Amino acid sequence: MIHVENITKSFDETEVLRGISAIFEKGKTNLIIGQSGSGKTVFLKSLLGLFDTDMGSIRFENKVLNDMNDKERAILRQEMGMVFQGSALFDSMTVEENIMFPMQMFTTEIDSEIRDKANIAIKRVNLINANHKLTDEISGGMKKRVAIARAIIMNPKYLFCDEPNSGLDPKTSILIDNLIQEITNEYNITTVINTHDMNSVMEIGENIIFLQNGLKEWEGSNQEIFKTDNKAVTDFVYSSNLFKKVRKLYL
Amino acid sequence: MKILTHIGKYFIMLRNTFGKFTKWRILKQLILKDIDILIIGSIGIVSFISFFVGGVVAIQTALNLENPLLPKNLIGFATRQSVILEFAPTFISVIMAGKVGSYITSSIGTMRVTEQIDALEVMGINTYNYLIFPKIISLSLYPLIICVSMFLGIFGGYIACVYGGFSSSADFVEGIQMDFIPFHVGYAFIKTLFFSFILATIPSYHGYFMTGGALEVGKASTVSFVWTSVVIILVNYLITQLLLT
Repeated sequence: MIHVENITKSFDETEVLRGISAIFEKGKTNLIIGQSGSGKTVFLKSLLGLFDTDMGSIRFENKVLNDMNDKERAILRQEMGMVFQGSALFDSMTVEENIMFPMQMFTTEIDSEIRDKANIAIKRVNLINANHKLTDEISGGMKKRVAIARAIIMNPKYLFCDEPNSGLDPKTSILIDNLIQEITNEYNITTVINTHDMNSVMEIGENIIFLQNGLKEWEGSNQEIFKTDNKAVTDFVYSSNLFKKVRKLYL
Repeated sequence: MKILTHIGKYFIMLRNTFGKFTKWRILKQLILKDIDILIIGSIGIVSFISFFVGGVVAIQTALNLENPLLPKNLIGFATRQSVILEFAPTFISVIMAGKVGSYITSSIGTMRVTEQIDALEVMGINTYNYLIFPKIISLSLYPLIICVSMFLGIFGGYIACVYGGFSSSADFVEGIQMDFIPFHVGYAFIKTLFFSFILATIPSYHGYFMTGGALEVGKASTVSFVWTSVVIILVNYLITQLLLT
Protein backbone atom coordinates (compact mmCIF):
# COMPACT_ATOMS: atom_id res chain seq x y z
CA MET A 1 0.00 0.00 0.00
CA ILE A 2 1.19 3.52 -0.78
CA HIS A 3 0.04 6.52 1.30
CA VAL A 4 0.45 9.94 -0.26
CA GLU A 5 -0.19 12.85 2.06
CA ASN A 6 -0.57 16.43 0.92
CA ILE A 7 2.32 16.53 -1.54
CA THR A 8 3.26 19.68 -3.43
CA LYS A 9 5.87 20.16 -6.12
CA SER A 10 6.94 23.30 -7.96
CA PHE A 11 9.32 23.95 -10.83
CA ASP A 12 10.66 27.50 -10.55
CA GLU A 13 7.52 29.57 -10.03
CA THR A 14 5.06 27.01 -11.38
CA GLU A 15 3.21 24.84 -8.88
CA VAL A 16 2.69 21.49 -10.61
CA LEU A 17 1.28 19.45 -7.72
CA ARG A 18 -0.89 21.19 -5.13
CA GLY A 19 -1.54 19.26 -1.95
CA ILE A 20 -2.40 15.83 -3.34
CA SER A 21 -3.35 13.02 -0.96
CA ALA A 22 -4.19 9.48 -2.00
CA ILE A 23 -4.06 5.86 -0.94
CA PHE A 24 -3.06 3.17 -3.44
CA GLU A 25 -4.17 -0.22 -2.23
CA LYS A 26 -2.49 -3.59 -2.63
CA GLY A 27 -3.88 -5.93 -5.31
CA LYS A 28 -5.72 -3.09 -7.05
CA THR A 29 -5.08 -1.27 -10.30
CA ASN A 30 -4.94 2.39 -9.35
CA LEU A 31 -5.28 4.83 -12.24
CA ILE A 32 -4.17 8.44 -12.37
CA ILE A 33 -6.00 10.28 -15.12
CA GLY A 34 -6.10 13.87 -16.29
CA GLN A 35 -5.39 16.11 -19.24
CA SER A 36 -1.89 16.63 -20.56
CA GLY A 37 -0.14 19.07 -18.22
CA SER A 38 -2.34 18.18 -15.24
CA GLY A 39 0.66 16.88 -13.28
CA LYS A 40 0.23 13.12 -13.82
CA THR A 41 3.82 12.38 -14.84
CA VAL A 42 5.30 14.60 -12.10
CA PHE A 43 3.04 12.82 -9.58
CA LEU A 44 4.17 9.39 -10.79
CA LYS A 45 7.84 10.39 -10.85
CA SER A 46 7.43 11.78 -7.32
CA LEU A 47 6.08 8.41 -6.19
CA LEU A 48 9.16 6.79 -7.70
CA GLY A 49 11.43 9.28 -5.95
CA LEU A 50 12.74 10.62 -9.26
CA PHE A 51 11.46 14.05 -8.16
CA ASP A 52 11.72 15.26 -4.56
CA THR A 53 8.49 16.81 -3.37
CA ASP A 54 8.50 20.27 -1.73
CA MET A 55 6.01 19.31 0.99
CA GLY A 56 4.02 16.33 2.18
CA SER A 57 5.00 12.68 2.47
CA ILE A 58 4.95 9.46 0.46
CA ARG A 59 4.85 6.26 2.50
CA PHE A 60 5.47 2.75 1.20
CA GLU A 61 3.95 0.54 3.94
CA ASN A 62 5.86 2.00 6.92
CA LYS A 63 8.78 3.43 4.99
CA VAL A 64 8.67 7.18 4.32
CA LEU A 65 10.27 7.96 0.96
CA ASN A 66 10.97 11.59 1.84
CA ASP A 67 13.09 10.63 4.87
CA MET A 68 15.23 8.12 2.99
CA ASN A 69 18.82 8.69 1.92
CA ASP A 70 20.08 7.54 -1.48
CA LYS A 71 21.06 4.09 -0.20
CA GLU A 72 17.66 3.46 1.39
CA ARG A 73 15.93 4.67 -1.77
CA ALA A 74 18.03 2.31 -3.87
CA ILE A 75 16.92 -0.60 -1.66
CA LEU A 76 13.26 0.47 -1.86
CA ARG A 77 13.51 0.78 -5.63
CA GLN A 78 14.41 -2.88 -5.86
CA GLU A 79 10.84 -3.51 -4.69
CA MET A 80 9.49 -1.38 -7.55
CA GLY A 81 8.85 -2.23 -11.18
CA MET A 82 8.27 0.46 -13.76
CA VAL A 83 6.84 0.39 -17.27
CA PHE A 84 7.78 3.60 -19.04
CA GLN A 85 5.75 5.36 -21.72
CA GLY A 86 8.33 4.57 -24.41
CA SER A 87 9.13 1.20 -22.78
CA ALA A 88 12.70 2.41 -22.01
CA LEU A 89 14.24 -0.89 -23.06
CA PHE A 90 18.03 -1.01 -23.33
CA ASP A 91 18.58 -0.92 -27.06
CA SER A 92 22.01 -2.54 -26.92
CA MET A 93 20.50 -5.69 -25.40
CA THR A 94 18.24 -8.45 -26.68
CA VAL A 95 14.75 -9.03 -25.28
CA GLU A 96 16.02 -11.80 -22.99
CA GLU A 97 18.99 -9.72 -21.79
CA ASN A 98 16.68 -6.80 -21.00
CA ILE A 99 14.52 -9.02 -18.81
CA MET A 100 17.50 -10.70 -17.15
CA PHE A 101 19.20 -7.38 -16.39
CA PRO A 102 17.59 -6.50 -13.00
CA MET A 103 18.32 -9.99 -11.66
CA GLN A 104 21.91 -9.87 -12.89
CA MET A 105 22.30 -6.55 -11.10
CA PHE A 106 20.76 -7.46 -7.78
CA THR A 107 20.95 -11.21 -7.22
CA THR A 108 23.79 -13.65 -6.86
CA GLU A 109 22.06 -16.27 -8.99
CA ILE A 110 23.98 -17.73 -11.91
CA ASP A 111 23.01 -16.77 -15.47
CA SER A 112 21.31 -20.10 -16.28
CA GLU A 113 18.97 -19.72 -13.28
CA ILE A 114 18.26 -16.10 -14.20
CA ARG A 115 17.59 -17.14 -17.80
CA ASP A 116 15.05 -19.73 -16.58
CA LYS A 117 13.25 -17.07 -14.54
CA ALA A 118 13.35 -14.65 -17.48
CA ASN A 119 11.74 -17.31 -19.65
CA ILE A 120 8.95 -17.76 -17.09
CA ALA A 121 8.34 -13.98 -17.21
CA ILE A 122 8.49 -14.05 -21.03
CA LYS A 123 5.87 -16.81 -21.07
CA ARG A 124 3.73 -14.91 -18.55
CA VAL A 125 3.51 -11.87 -20.83
CA ASN A 126 2.85 -14.08 -23.88
CA LEU A 127 5.96 -13.19 -25.84
CA ILE A 128 6.71 -15.78 -28.47
CA ASN A 129 9.97 -16.29 -30.39
CA ALA A 130 11.42 -12.96 -29.33
CA ASN A 131 14.13 -13.93 -26.83
CA HIS A 132 17.08 -13.20 -29.08
CA LYS A 133 15.69 -10.23 -30.96
CA LEU A 134 17.01 -6.73 -30.40
CA THR A 135 14.46 -4.26 -29.08
CA ASP A 136 14.26 -2.32 -32.35
CA GLU A 137 13.26 -5.52 -34.15
CA ILE A 138 9.99 -5.95 -32.24
CA SER A 139 6.62 -4.15 -32.39
CA GLY A 140 5.34 -1.52 -29.94
CA GLY A 141 3.02 -4.02 -28.24
CA MET A 142 5.86 -6.51 -27.82
CA LYS A 143 8.05 -3.78 -26.35
CA LYS A 144 5.40 -3.10 -23.70
CA ARG A 145 5.27 -6.82 -22.90
CA VAL A 146 9.08 -6.90 -22.54
CA ALA A 147 8.90 -3.83 -20.28
CA ILE A 148 6.24 -5.55 -18.15
CA ALA A 149 8.29 -8.75 -17.99
CA ARG A 150 11.36 -6.75 -16.94
CA ALA A 151 9.30 -4.93 -14.32
CA ILE A 152 7.93 -8.12 -12.72
CA ILE A 153 10.98 -10.39 -12.84
CA MET A 154 12.16 -9.24 -9.40
CA ASN A 155 8.68 -9.90 -7.92
CA PRO A 156 8.08 -6.25 -7.08
CA LYS A 157 5.70 -5.04 -4.38
CA TYR A 158 4.85 -1.97 -6.43
CA LEU A 159 4.28 -1.66 -10.17
CA PHE A 160 4.18 1.74 -11.86
CA CYS A 161 3.12 2.25 -15.46
CA ASP A 162 3.36 5.52 -17.36
CA GLU A 163 0.92 5.54 -20.29
CA PRO A 164 1.33 1.77 -20.85
CA ASN A 165 -0.81 1.72 -23.99
CA SER A 166 0.24 4.93 -25.70
CA GLY A 167 0.95 4.36 -29.38
CA LEU A 168 -0.79 0.98 -29.43
CA ASP A 169 -3.85 -0.07 -31.42
CA PRO A 170 -7.10 -0.48 -29.40
CA LYS A 171 -6.95 -4.28 -29.39
CA THR A 172 -3.34 -4.44 -28.19
CA SER A 173 -4.10 -1.68 -25.64
CA ILE A 174 -6.81 -3.80 -24.05
CA LEU A 175 -4.53 -6.85 -24.05
CA ILE A 176 -1.83 -4.86 -22.24
CA ASP A 177 -4.38 -3.42 -19.77
CA ASN A 178 -5.71 -6.87 -19.00
CA LEU A 179 -2.23 -8.26 -18.64
CA ILE A 180 -1.36 -5.56 -16.09
CA GLN A 181 -4.56 -6.25 -14.15
CA GLU A 182 -3.99 -10.01 -14.17
CA ILE A 183 -0.42 -9.55 -12.93
CA THR A 184 -1.62 -7.16 -10.21
CA ASN A 185 -4.11 -9.71 -8.91
CA GLU A 186 -1.84 -12.71 -9.37
CA TYR A 187 1.20 -11.22 -7.61
CA ASN A 188 -0.94 -9.13 -5.19
CA ILE A 189 1.03 -5.96 -5.92
CA THR A 190 0.18 -2.27 -5.68
CA THR A 191 -0.16 -1.00 -9.22
CA VAL A 192 -0.29 2.66 -10.17
CA ILE A 193 -1.02 3.50 -13.80
CA ASN A 194 -0.77 6.90 -15.39
CA THR A 195 -3.11 7.13 -18.36
CA HIS A 196 -5.45 9.25 -20.39
CA ASP A 197 -6.82 6.28 -22.28
CA MET A 198 -10.55 6.02 -21.55
CA ASN A 199 -10.69 2.35 -22.52
CA SER A 200 -8.22 1.64 -19.70
CA VAL A 201 -10.36 3.65 -17.29
CA MET A 202 -13.45 1.61 -18.13
CA GLU A 203 -11.60 -1.70 -18.37
CA ILE A 204 -9.30 -1.83 -15.34
CA GLY A 205 -9.92 1.30 -13.24
CA GLU A 206 -10.53 -0.16 -9.79
CA ASN A 207 -9.43 3.08 -8.14
CA ILE A 208 -9.23 6.24 -10.25
CA ILE A 209 -7.74 9.59 -9.32
CA PHE A 210 -8.52 12.52 -11.57
CA LEU A 211 -5.98 15.36 -11.55
CA GLN A 212 -6.61 18.84 -12.84
CA ASN A 213 -4.12 21.71 -12.68
CA GLY A 214 -2.10 19.85 -10.06
CA LEU A 215 -5.09 19.22 -7.78
CA LYS A 216 -6.94 16.00 -7.03
CA GLU A 217 -10.33 16.83 -8.46
CA TRP A 218 -12.07 13.48 -8.05
CA GLU A 219 -11.53 9.90 -6.84
CA GLY A 220 -13.61 6.76 -7.37
CA SER A 221 -13.91 3.52 -9.33
CA ASN A 222 -14.80 2.82 -12.98
CA GLN A 223 -18.38 2.17 -11.89
CA GLU A 224 -18.62 5.45 -9.99
CA ILE A 225 -17.17 7.46 -12.87
CA PHE A 226 -20.38 6.76 -14.84
CA LYS A 227 -22.51 8.33 -12.14
CA THR A 228 -20.40 11.30 -11.13
CA ASP A 229 -21.73 14.84 -11.53
CA ASN A 230 -18.28 16.39 -11.31
CA LYS A 231 -18.17 18.59 -14.40
CA ALA A 232 -14.39 18.50 -14.81
CA VAL A 233 -14.44 14.68 -14.77
CA THR A 234 -17.40 14.32 -17.13
CA ASP A 235 -15.95 16.91 -19.53
CA PHE A 236 -12.70 14.94 -19.63
CA VAL A 237 -13.95 11.36 -19.59
CA TYR A 238 -16.99 11.86 -21.82
CA SER A 239 -15.44 14.25 -24.29
CA SER A 240 -16.16 11.90 -27.22
CA ASN A 241 -19.69 11.28 -28.54
CA LEU A 242 -19.16 7.54 -28.22
CA PHE A 243 -18.48 7.73 -24.49
CA LYS A 244 -21.41 10.14 -24.03
CA LYS A 245 -23.70 7.52 -25.60
CA VAL A 246 -22.12 4.73 -23.52
CA ARG A 247 -22.77 6.75 -20.38
CA LYS A 248 -26.39 7.43 -21.36
CA LEU A 249 -26.97 3.74 -21.99
CA TYR A 250 -25.33 2.84 -18.67
CA LEU A 251 -27.38 5.34 -16.69
CA MET B 1 26.92 32.22 -12.53
CA LYS B 2 25.65 29.63 -14.99
CA ILE B 3 29.15 28.33 -15.63
CA LEU B 4 29.73 27.94 -11.88
CA THR B 5 26.54 25.87 -11.67
CA HIS B 6 27.84 23.63 -14.47
CA ILE B 7 31.23 23.25 -12.78
CA GLY B 8 29.52 22.38 -9.49
CA LYS B 9 27.26 19.83 -11.16
CA TYR B 10 30.26 18.35 -12.99
CA PHE B 11 32.14 17.75 -9.72
CA ILE B 12 29.03 16.31 -8.03
CA MET B 13 28.74 13.98 -11.02
CA LEU B 14 32.38 12.92 -10.53
CA ARG B 15 31.80 12.24 -6.83
CA ASN B 16 28.74 10.12 -7.62
CA THR B 17 30.63 8.28 -10.37
CA PHE B 18 32.99 6.93 -7.74
CA GLY B 19 30.09 6.31 -5.32
CA LYS B 20 28.08 3.08 -5.10
CA PHE B 21 29.72 0.63 -7.51
CA THR B 22 27.90 -1.49 -10.06
CA LYS B 23 28.30 -5.25 -9.76
CA TRP B 24 31.69 -6.31 -11.14
CA ARG B 25 30.35 -8.87 -13.64
CA ILE B 26 28.20 -6.16 -15.26
CA LEU B 27 30.89 -3.50 -15.02
CA LYS B 28 33.44 -5.80 -16.65
CA GLN B 29 31.20 -6.26 -19.70
CA LEU B 30 30.61 -2.51 -19.95
CA ILE B 31 34.34 -1.75 -19.73
CA LEU B 32 35.21 -4.32 -22.43
CA LYS B 33 32.45 -2.97 -24.67
CA ASP B 34 33.69 0.60 -24.21
CA ILE B 35 37.31 -0.43 -24.87
CA ASP B 36 36.11 -1.95 -28.14
CA ILE B 37 34.16 1.14 -29.19
CA LEU B 38 36.26 3.97 -27.77
CA ILE B 39 39.81 2.62 -28.06
CA ILE B 40 39.94 -0.11 -30.71
CA GLY B 41 37.36 1.71 -32.82
CA SER B 42 39.55 4.82 -32.88
CA ILE B 43 42.82 3.22 -33.94
CA GLY B 44 41.99 3.35 -37.65
CA ILE B 45 41.23 7.06 -37.90
CA VAL B 46 44.09 7.99 -35.53
CA SER B 47 46.55 5.94 -37.61
CA PHE B 48 45.38 7.53 -40.86
CA ILE B 49 45.57 11.10 -39.55
CA SER B 50 48.88 10.57 -37.75
CA PHE B 51 50.62 9.05 -40.76
CA PHE B 52 49.64 11.83 -43.15
CA VAL B 53 50.01 14.74 -40.74
CA GLY B 54 53.46 13.40 -39.79
CA GLY B 55 54.27 13.43 -43.50
CA VAL B 56 53.03 16.99 -43.90
CA VAL B 57 55.05 18.18 -40.89
CA ALA B 58 58.21 16.69 -42.41
CA ILE B 59 57.54 18.21 -45.86
CA GLN B 60 56.74 21.66 -44.40
CA THR B 61 59.93 21.57 -42.31
CA ALA B 62 61.99 20.50 -45.31
CA LEU B 63 60.56 23.26 -47.49
CA ASN B 64 61.39 25.87 -44.85
CA LEU B 65 65.00 24.75 -44.51
CA GLU B 66 66.26 26.83 -47.44
CA ASN B 67 69.61 27.73 -45.93
CA PRO B 68 72.16 25.13 -47.18
CA LEU B 69 74.12 25.56 -43.93
CA LEU B 70 71.30 23.99 -41.94
CA PRO B 71 71.77 20.23 -41.65
CA LYS B 72 69.14 17.96 -43.22
CA ASN B 73 68.80 15.99 -39.99
CA LEU B 74 66.77 18.92 -38.64
CA ILE B 75 63.79 17.57 -40.59
CA GLY B 76 63.73 14.38 -38.53
CA PHE B 77 64.40 16.36 -35.34
CA ALA B 78 61.55 18.83 -35.97
CA THR B 79 59.15 16.06 -36.97
CA ARG B 80 59.92 14.08 -33.82
CA GLN B 81 59.56 17.10 -31.55
CA SER B 82 56.30 18.27 -33.18
CA VAL B 83 54.73 14.83 -33.16
CA ILE B 84 55.76 13.80 -29.63
CA LEU B 85 55.24 17.10 -27.87
CA GLU B 86 52.08 18.43 -29.46
CA PHE B 87 50.61 16.67 -32.45
CA ALA B 88 50.08 13.21 -30.96
CA PRO B 89 48.88 14.10 -27.48
CA THR B 90 47.02 17.37 -28.10
CA PHE B 91 45.92 17.46 -31.74
CA ILE B 92 44.74 13.84 -31.66
CA SER B 93 42.89 14.51 -28.39
CA VAL B 94 40.99 17.38 -30.00
CA ILE B 95 40.09 15.04 -32.88
CA MET B 96 39.04 12.42 -30.33
CA ALA B 97 36.84 15.04 -28.63
CA GLY B 98 34.91 15.01 -31.89
CA LYS B 99 34.90 11.26 -32.45
CA VAL B 100 34.77 9.70 -29.00
CA GLY B 101 33.28 12.73 -27.22
CA SER B 102 30.28 13.08 -29.48
CA TYR B 103 29.71 9.31 -29.33
CA ILE B 104 29.65 9.42 -25.52
CA THR B 105 27.35 12.47 -25.40
CA SER B 106 24.93 11.13 -27.98
CA SER B 107 24.77 7.62 -26.53
CA ILE B 108 24.16 8.83 -22.96
CA GLY B 109 21.90 11.63 -24.24
CA THR B 110 19.78 9.16 -26.21
CA MET B 111 19.47 7.02 -23.08
CA ARG B 112 18.25 10.12 -21.23
CA VAL B 113 15.72 11.01 -23.95
CA THR B 114 14.35 7.47 -24.19
CA GLU B 115 14.04 7.24 -20.37
CA GLN B 116 16.61 4.42 -20.18
CA ILE B 117 18.49 6.36 -17.47
CA ASP B 118 15.22 6.77 -15.52
CA ALA B 119 14.66 3.02 -15.90
CA LEU B 120 18.11 2.34 -14.42
CA GLU B 121 17.45 4.77 -11.57
CA VAL B 122 14.11 3.17 -10.77
CA MET B 123 15.92 -0.15 -10.50
CA GLY B 124 18.11 1.41 -7.80
CA ILE B 125 21.28 1.55 -9.88
CA ASN B 126 23.88 4.29 -9.46
CA THR B 127 23.53 5.55 -13.02
CA TYR B 128 26.64 7.74 -12.80
CA ASN B 129 28.80 4.77 -11.97
CA TYR B 130 27.04 2.48 -14.45
CA LEU B 131 27.36 4.92 -17.37
CA ILE B 132 30.47 7.00 -16.74
CA PHE B 133 32.91 4.85 -14.77
CA PRO B 134 33.41 2.25 -17.57
CA LYS B 135 34.23 5.10 -19.95
CA ILE B 136 36.86 6.52 -17.59
CA ILE B 137 38.47 3.09 -17.19
CA SER B 138 38.40 2.22 -20.88
CA LEU B 139 39.81 5.61 -21.85
CA SER B 140 42.68 5.10 -19.41
CA LEU B 141 44.03 2.94 -22.26
CA TYR B 142 44.05 6.07 -24.42
CA PRO B 143 47.86 6.54 -24.07
CA LEU B 144 48.18 3.37 -26.21
CA ILE B 145 46.47 5.21 -29.06
CA ILE B 146 48.83 8.13 -28.58
CA CYS B 147 51.74 5.68 -28.70
CA VAL B 148 50.50 4.43 -32.07
CA SER B 149 50.01 8.03 -33.19
CA MET B 150 53.58 9.00 -32.21
CA PHE B 151 55.06 6.05 -34.05
CA LEU B 152 52.98 6.52 -37.21
CA GLY B 153 53.45 10.30 -37.19
CA ILE B 154 57.22 9.95 -37.24
CA PHE B 155 57.03 7.03 -39.68
CA GLY B 156 54.83 9.12 -42.01
CA GLY B 157 57.39 11.90 -41.79
CA TYR B 158 60.15 9.45 -42.66
CA ILE B 159 58.29 8.08 -45.71
CA ALA B 160 57.37 11.57 -46.98
CA CYS B 161 60.86 12.90 -46.43
CA VAL B 162 62.88 10.01 -47.80
CA TYR B 163 60.63 9.06 -50.72
CA GLY B 164 59.88 12.74 -51.48
CA GLY B 165 63.59 13.33 -51.90
CA PHE B 166 63.91 15.93 -49.10
CA SER B 167 66.63 14.10 -47.17
CA SER B 168 68.32 10.75 -46.93
CA SER B 169 67.13 7.98 -44.66
CA ALA B 170 70.30 8.28 -42.57
CA ASP B 171 69.81 12.04 -42.07
CA PHE B 172 66.22 11.59 -40.98
CA VAL B 173 67.04 8.77 -38.54
CA GLU B 174 69.95 10.81 -37.16
CA GLY B 175 67.52 13.73 -36.64
CA ILE B 176 65.08 11.53 -34.77
CA GLN B 177 67.86 10.42 -32.40
CA MET B 178 69.40 13.88 -31.98
CA ASP B 179 69.15 15.55 -28.52
CA PHE B 180 66.49 13.12 -27.42
CA ILE B 181 65.06 13.94 -23.96
CA PRO B 182 63.14 10.92 -22.63
CA PHE B 183 61.10 13.15 -20.30
CA HIS B 184 59.38 14.66 -23.34
CA VAL B 185 57.68 11.30 -23.92
CA GLY B 186 56.77 11.18 -20.23
CA TYR B 187 55.37 14.70 -20.47
CA ALA B 188 53.27 13.66 -23.49
CA PHE B 189 51.85 10.65 -21.63
CA ILE B 190 51.11 12.68 -18.49
CA LYS B 191 49.14 15.10 -20.70
CA THR B 192 47.41 12.21 -22.39
CA LEU B 193 46.21 10.76 -19.09
CA PHE B 194 44.64 14.08 -18.14
CA PHE B 195 43.08 14.37 -21.59
CA SER B 196 41.66 10.85 -21.36
CA PHE B 197 39.86 11.78 -18.14
CA ILE B 198 38.53 14.95 -19.78
CA LEU B 199 37.46 12.98 -22.87
CA ALA B 200 35.47 10.56 -20.71
CA THR B 201 33.85 12.96 -18.27
CA ILE B 202 32.94 16.21 -20.06
CA PRO B 203 31.00 14.49 -22.89
CA SER B 204 29.35 12.25 -20.27
CA TYR B 205 28.27 15.35 -18.35
CA HIS B 206 26.69 16.89 -21.45
CA GLY B 207 24.88 13.66 -22.28
CA TYR B 208 23.74 12.90 -18.74
CA PHE B 209 22.25 16.30 -17.98
CA MET B 210 20.72 17.02 -21.37
CA THR B 211 17.01 17.71 -21.66
CA GLY B 212 14.70 17.64 -24.66
CA GLY B 213 14.48 15.36 -27.66
CA ALA B 214 16.50 14.09 -30.61
CA LEU B 215 17.42 17.59 -31.79
CA GLU B 216 18.85 18.43 -28.38
CA VAL B 217 20.99 15.27 -28.48
CA GLY B 218 22.68 16.71 -31.59
CA LYS B 219 23.07 20.12 -29.95
CA ALA B 220 24.50 18.54 -26.78
CA SER B 221 27.08 16.66 -28.87
CA THR B 222 28.22 19.91 -30.49
CA VAL B 223 28.41 21.79 -27.18
CA SER B 224 30.24 18.84 -25.66
CA PHE B 225 32.83 18.88 -28.47
CA VAL B 226 33.41 22.63 -28.02
CA TRP B 227 33.84 22.40 -24.23
CA THR B 228 35.97 19.27 -24.33
CA SER B 229 38.30 20.95 -26.85
CA VAL B 230 38.45 24.17 -24.82
CA VAL B 231 39.29 22.30 -21.60
CA ILE B 232 41.91 20.14 -23.39
CA ILE B 233 43.63 23.24 -24.75
CA LEU B 234 43.56 24.98 -21.34
CA VAL B 235 44.84 21.90 -19.47
CA ASN B 236 47.51 21.48 -22.17
CA TYR B 237 48.72 25.01 -21.46
CA LEU B 238 48.72 24.48 -17.69
CA ILE B 239 50.59 21.16 -17.83
CA THR B 240 53.14 22.55 -20.27
CA GLN B 241 53.69 25.52 -17.99
CA LEU B 242 54.11 23.24 -14.99
CA LEU B 243 56.24 20.50 -16.50
CA LEU B 244 58.38 22.14 -19.16
CA THR B 245 59.25 25.53 -17.77
